[in-house]
Amino acid sequence: MSDRGFAPVADLSPPVQTRPTAFLPSIADYAANLFNGFFEWFGSLGIFSWQVLRAAVTPPYEWRELIRQLDEVGSKSLPLVAMAGAAIGVILSLEARYSLSRFGAKSMFPATLVYSVIQVMGPVITGLVVSGRVGAGMGAELASMKVTEQIDAIEASAINPYRLLAATRILACIVMLPLLTIATDTTALLTGWFAQAMVEPLSFHQFIANGFNNATFSAFLPQTFKTAVYGLIIGLIACFQGMRTRGGAAGVGRAATNSVVLASLFLILADVVLVKFILVFFP
Amino acid sequence: MATALDMTAKQAEPEQESLAPVVAVEKVFKSFEGRKVLNGITLSVNRGETLAVLGRSGTGKSVLLRLIIGLDTPDSGAIRIHGRATAGLAIDQMGEIRKKMGFLFQNAALYDSLSVQENVAFPLEHHRKDMPKSERTDRVRQLLAEVGLERDIDKMPSDISGGMQKRVGLARALALEPEILLLDEPTAGLDPISSGEIDELVLKLQRERKMASIVVTHDLHSARTIAGRLALLNEGDVVIEGAFEDLQQSDIGFVKEFLKQS
Repeated sequence: MSDRGFAPVADLSPPVQTRPTAFLPSIADYAANLFNGFFEWFGSLGIFSWQVLRAAVTPPYEWRELIRQLDEVGSKSLPLVAMAGAAIGVILSLEARYSLSRFGAKSMFPATLVYSVIQVMGPVITGLVVSGRVGAGMGAELASMKVTEQIDAIEASAINPYRLLAATRILACIVMLPLLTIATDTTALLTGWFAQAMVEPLSFHQFIANGFNNATFSAFLPQTFKTAVYGLIIGLIACFQGMRTRGGAAGVGRAATNSVVLASLFLILADVVLVKFILVFFP
Repeated sequence: MATALDMTAKQAEPEQESLAPVVAVEKVFKSFEGRKVLNGITLSVNRGETLAVLGRSGTGKSVLLRLIIGLDTPDSGAIRIHGRATAGLAIDQMGEIRKKMGFLFQNAALYDSLSVQENVAFPLEHHRKDMPKSERTDRVRQLLAEVGLERDIDKMPSDISGGMQKRVGLARALALEPEILLLDEPTAGLDPISSGEIDELVLKLQRERKMASIVVTHDLHSARTIAGRLALLNEGDVVIEGAFEDLQQSDIGFVKEFLKQS
């Protein structure tokens, strides 16, 4: 009998196995590695961001590469975001008509579509589409340059790769995301109106007049220009993942995948903060 | 008040600087993930001199070149270019030193989205912005002619052989008329004729430009042809340094074995 009056449990238990005790430290090690890796990643990202910022604000400026990247990010993404916007416009139109009809608020259709496209769907869809196309492209391109020593060759030629490769790409993303968002919003509103007009008569003039009735710039501009932050996230993550790649073709693949996944994830997380921020400063 | 002795010392400074080695590697240690690659090595190269760094694969030869050009930083020790220590320099400050250096990478590291001509023009476009376009084009053609590739200027790197890629890499390394040339395995993976042509080219450049060169290789024949001085590395240490004859006369087991196997 034990001191507490219970039969000793250990006597009846099965023989002690070493496996569970060996398993526990491995979980602890895994958790420790994950924890260290998490902080190491953010630390490296911070140093990388500082290097890029310093390179971006000091001459010489890489205007030619910046223009090339503006074209790469902007005009080459335009068809894709326009198509995504068109699809979103039709979907929102169908869903809004059905929901508003149920509550007898069909007259609210134009305003519902305009607000849901410009304030919510347009920026997020543009961010995610650009993250997929540009993030993967930049991540893979820079990773490929890294593993074939092309980035080292740029540095050995006395050219700052943070300025030439990273700053130009990130700046291009920051500038182009709001413009691409305007394109997404435009096609979404056009197709949304068209989908509605196919079902019941609604002139485009009436749609716009009702949709933007009582609308202020502060209701739309912050939502559109917040995508510059998405651009910063997409460009920064893609350049960071690409320029720190190791390990040949597998490393290039990992960099491309990680660029898209992390950029999309951080973009959505940033949106939570940005929405709150906009609600506070532009009520 | 400055004494006569101080004045003499100050006047002597520029003289000392000009006598300093162009590249000096002083007690440099470098490890990667706990594995020692360079174990306190000391080497120097003077103007117009070529040093060949020999050794087995994985003995830190390429790492040494990367440290000299600042692509990696030593764990301890110092690297001086024209007497100026490179430790702690920001990337743009290091850039000023790198303008005086040409680097040929082991796999040429050509920019695969640019043509042969654009690859060679790349450093000129960034550092000789005042150079008229026609002059830049002439300079690129001249550099490519020097390496025997004047007919391939519009080809892409993927369309030319490994030997030709190395020549383009060499032309690019020479674009800014460097005072120091660093060559990482210039003849590795090439047939004997192409290797001989690269050696001839390096010798011609030495004669004409009086550059300080460091050639990393495990090709003893090439090293003997192009370098006046050889340094043999083993496990991160310099085992022997001197002329080829010094290596031949050495009693060190590793040196004998290396010469026998080469």
